[in-house]
Amino acid sequence: MAAVQVRDVRKTYQRDQQAIPVLDGLTLTVADGDFAALMGPSGSGKTTLLNLIGGIDRPTSGSVVVGDQDIAKLKPKPLAKWRSRNIGFIFQLYNLIPVLSAQENVELPLLLVKMKPKERKDRARFALDLVGLGDRVKHYPRQLSGGQEQRVAIARAVVSDPSVLLADEPTGDLDRKSADEILELLGRLNKEFKKTIVMVTHDPHAAERANRVLHLEKGVLSS
Amino acid sequence: MKFASLVLANLGRNKVRTALTLLSVVVALFLFCTLRGVLDTLDSSIKVSSETRLVSRNAISLIFPLPLSYRDRIAAVPGVKSVGYANWFGGRNPNDPGDFYAQFAVDDENYLPIYASDVEYTRADRPQGSGAVPAGADPKLAAFFEDRTGCVVGEKLMTDHKWKMGQTIHLAGTIFPGDWPFTIRAVYRAKNPAFGEQSMLFHWKYLNEKGMGGRGIVGWYVLELANPGQAGAITKTVDALFENSAASTHTETERAFQAGFVSMYGNVPFLIGLIGIAVVLSMLGVAANTMMMAIRERTGELAVLKTLGFSDGTVFGIVLAEALALTGIGGTIGALLAKFVIEGSRFTAMGFLPPMTVRWETVITGILIALLMGLVSGLVPALRASRLSVVDALRRVE
Repeated sequence: MAAVQVRDVRKTYQRDQQAIPVLDGLTLTVADGDFAALMGPSGSGKTTLLNLIGGIDRPTSGSVVVGDQDIAKLKPKPLAKWRSRNIGFIFQLYNLIPVLSAQENVELPLLLVKMKPKERKDRARFALDLVGLGDRVKHYPRQLSGGQEQRVAIARAVVSDPSVLLADEPTGDLDRKSADEILELLGRLNKEFKKTIVMVTHDPHAAERANRVLHLEKGVLSS
Repeated sequence: MKFASLVLANLGRNKVRTALTLLSVVVALFLFCTLRGVLDTLDSSIKVSSETRLVSRNAISLIFPLPLSYRDRIAAVPGVKSVGYANWFGGRNPNDPGDFYAQFAVDDENYLPIYASDVEYTRADRPQGSGAVPAGADPKLAAFFEDRTGCVVGEKLMTDHKWKMGQTIHLAGTIFPGDWPFTIRAVYRAKNPAFGEQSMLFHWKYLNEKGMGGRGIVGWYVLELANPGQAGAITKTVDALFENSAASTHTETERAFQAGFVSMYGNVPFLIGLIGIAVVLSMLGVAANTMMMAIRERTGELAVLKTLGFSDGTVFGIVLAEALALTGIGGTIGALLAKFVIEGSRFTAMGFLPPMTVRWETVITGILIALLMGLVSGLVPALRASRLSVVDALRRVE
């Protein structure tokens, strides 16, 4: 079964009077439980594709189906709700909230679902344990290393148990050792927890961890 | 409530800025409630005045006097139980011209008995003579009645000046020039605090002999009625008596008289209200500026929240809640400070007003205004945050 189906998607940005095509009739299927790496030069449309799959951007034409939901048809509010339950985002620069502790950062997605505070706390701790940071729950982002911050971001991405994880250059800001740890963790989430992962990367070493590597160039998949 | 920790954490992000904004809201609401308190106090000074006593003054203005000869003619009007009279003295402390308080020359027989229900005499000097007092007067005032220069002072006035019973004080007359010695013979306490305890009362005869050369001029008459229900008819009768005299009278209830006295402040209450609004508007600007800066700094974080699934409405609510928390907390502190500090100081504007009051209605109004300001100042930043394009904002962050 396909976790992600992108069909004939075009995306054009408008800058003043100029139309800038980014994706040009792209079609892609990512199977359930797959781990796909998306590579390509800057400006090839990798992040745009990720944003479309995650429902934070809309295609100019074509359809994006995640699970059994055509997300291009959802209105903003239901789309936000759908995203909170089905998609986990991992960013290159972690994007943690600096004034919240590791646990509070991980709890954020759970604020959007009906849940008792204790259960919320327990689930956040479980997610932090999963990424190996059970002893850092009270630490703030400034008290953590880059690798640890990214692990907190991964805990935040998985805490609401989404089926799809979207990672945009998750190791781009890390040293080799930390990058390997993060890739190891993503691999574990894919194999043990059956998460479908789509990862944008420039790093061939990181791409090797994926089950398949897709190349995007000028808005079209080349292989 | 589950977003409360997020709201508070965001407020604590830039502690100095939050503290300064909070301080500006506290000061603004303190000033607003204090200014409203002045209006509350003016209102109290009107309400404490009786509607069952009448005051007769010169029809042209309070500053023009009436002849003493009117007293017997007013007293003869059916329904008038007794008639007292008084004059504004307007003396100043010769050693400290800034030390000013209200002084009234009052008649011996009736004035003090008319107000017997409003005050009680807490301390009095021991009489040297027989201890006789006029009919209806408090026996504690015996020493006062025996002494031509004797005076009765309010308890707060006595305390503030650290005077002692039997002490002679001097005033420099402004309307009635000269050095005026007075001896403190009794101290009164107001049964209703709004009545005030910062006035000094002394013998009208003393003023008449020394200051007016025995001409017998009266500032105003106070009429005690046998039946308050007849006030309307008596008012008309009294004014009709002197309609064609050189000094015609204007008679009204004491409350209306007091209201007229307050109206002599002219547009001051209006100006006070205007200043209050200006203060609140400046607070609005400060709070709005803070919120705009806070949101601009957090564009990326707001985009991340939206990526996690926070809807536009939730982001709007969180930003608005921050503004409301900021102004609500500051407003509550400022309004309560005004209530307790201003009331605690018992400020009386040199005796012209009863002790300052900041009513609970004013405190609640202040807090509601602070919340309204929070709503208004947070509206634009909240709208901007809710309409934020996630893709654009993340591109800026990345």
